[in-house]
Amino acid sequence: MNVLAIVGSNLVTRVNDAGYVMDLLLRTAMAVRYVPRRLRFTLDMAFNAGVRALPVTMVVAAFAGAILAMQTGIELRRFGDTTVLGTITALSMCREMGPFITGVILAATVGSSMAAEIGTMKVSDEVAALEVMSVDPVNYLVLPRVIALAIMCPTLTVLSNLIGIYGGSVIAENNLAVSNELFWNSAREALTSSGTLLPKEVYVGLLKALLFGIAIAIVSCAAGLRASGGALGVGLAVQTAVRNSVILIIVLGFIVTWFFYFLAG
Amino acid sequence: MIALRDVFKRLGDRQILAGLSLNVPKGTNFVLMGPSGTGKSVTLKHVIGILKPDSGSVRVDGQEVPAMDHDQLMALRRRMGYLFQNGALINWLSVEDNVALPLKEHGRLPKGELQDRVMEVLRLVGMDHAAKQFPPSISGGMKLRAGLARALVTKPECVLYDEPNAGLDPIISQQIHELIKEVRDTLGVTGLIVTHSRACATICGDHIGILEHGKLAVEGTVDEMVHSEHPLAKAFLGGGAD
Ligand SMILES: Nc1ncnc2c1ncn2[C@@H]1O[C@H](COP(=O)(O)OP(=O)(O)OP(=O)(O)O)[C@@H](O)[C@H]1O
Ligand SMILES: [Mg+2]
Repeated sequence: MNVLAIVGSNLVTRVNDAGYVMDLLLRTAMAVRYVPRRLRFTLDMAFNAGVRALPVTMVVAAFAGAILAMQTGIELRRFGDTTVLGTITALSMCREMGPFITGVILAATVGSSMAAEIGTMKVSDEVAALEVMSVDPVNYLVLPRVIALAIMCPTLTVLSNLIGIYGGSVIAENNLAVSNELFWNSAREALTSSGTLLPKEVYVGLLKALLFGIAIAIVSCAAGLRASGGALGVGLAVQTAVRNSVILIIVLGFIVTWFFYFLAG
Repeated sequence: MIALRDVFKRLGDRQILAGLSLNVPKGTNFVLMGPSGTGKSVTLKHVIGILKPDSGSVRVDGQEVPAMDHDQLMALRRRMGYLFQNGALINWLSVEDNVALPLKEHGRLPKGELQDRVMEVLRLVGMDHAAKQFPPSISGGMKLRAGLARALVTKPECVLYDEPNAGLDPIISQQIHELIKEVRDTLGVTGLIVTHSRACATICGDHIGILEHGKLAVEGTVDEMVHSEHPLAKAFLGGGAD
């Protein structure tokens, strides 16, 4: 086979995958009226997702905040003005790093297990069994998972933001001679300056987290539902789920930032 | 009630069904036998509309299944029961919740009645003692019986059984055969049964067909088939078979 044919057939599969994901997203949106009926299961899912991802998210967020403070601190020190360190750390965490870290960790821990679980059901005919009982797999399996991550991703993001800023404050105090008080004051000011009820810096980040949560769940469920061919197929589904989630997190993050800070001012 | 005409189906790069025709009159049991991997499970999936044929006709009660829209398919499936080859139970639901699932999802019964109905069917398949257990912790044979209970709980007019006695000991096998027969005799349920077992075929069946190379190689009433000289009939139903 020549290169062109390989690239071509690859492209066709990608477009096909994307079509399936979009279709699943629409079908999930149309199933929203079933949320009350799946509430218990949804909350269970959300709780489990939170518990599973929490420890890793906290550790990574603390280090990410510390790294941010160090990297910006090095430059600020050269200019002799480290007072804005709190501002920069808080803004970077809330706008970008917090949602990003949370999303990637949720994709790796919760998204992967969603793909494995649904993929296993698919290859052992359990999804077909649901269909045969006239139980729609979209509202029975996909909807609760999507809602669960739509709740959990923003929640964990708020925590990552706080822990990240704390990580930064430790570095600021110990290595950059910025007092805790100064650091936290400038952080608070940065996050409340816009005068609206929920400052833009915070809500744009939370909107990102919400979109990431939905994207991770949809992409992972889609990968699971399309699994075929036994255990090997389930493995491939997990790989697809994590890869596509990470790609989407980056692309959606870019689009949201661009929209709120460049397009809409 | 169930009629397949010249059904062709390709899966991957293999032609699984190639001109399969079979006919199951109302209130009778048709037994489908054949070597592993010849497409018996695939045939059942066509009847209930999980798979669509590449060409040919699949009819239930005179209605063309592949041509049905979503609502028609749902309506059809509510009248049918399907026992999957390994039970296909939902892992995070207990045995009784699995059996109750089709009833709960369609809100067809009040709670107390629902519970009674579930326990009644579980008793029929000899699984009432394991009602509270979860699928990962029960044996293959138990999963199968729970799957059978789930297929029967909605009082379907027609049941598709995919190897209802695989992995069961002779005593429980015998009970399941009697159950399948009884369901036909007392409730008039139409059955399409996939099995490798001679006992199951002769006890439960009215008609037997043997699938090979994508179509029925030989078929006939149980009596005809047991005495048939066809090599496949001899292999599956002759004295040497079990
Ligand atoms: N979704 C699918 N995609 C591709 N190939 C499939 C699919 N489902 C089944 N097959 C193939 O079709 C063939 C027939 O499968 P089927 O499950 O119907 O066999 P079977 O007659 O039920 O065998 P057994 O007695 O072992 O259960 C097998 O070779 C299987 O690999
Ligand atoms: Mg089979």
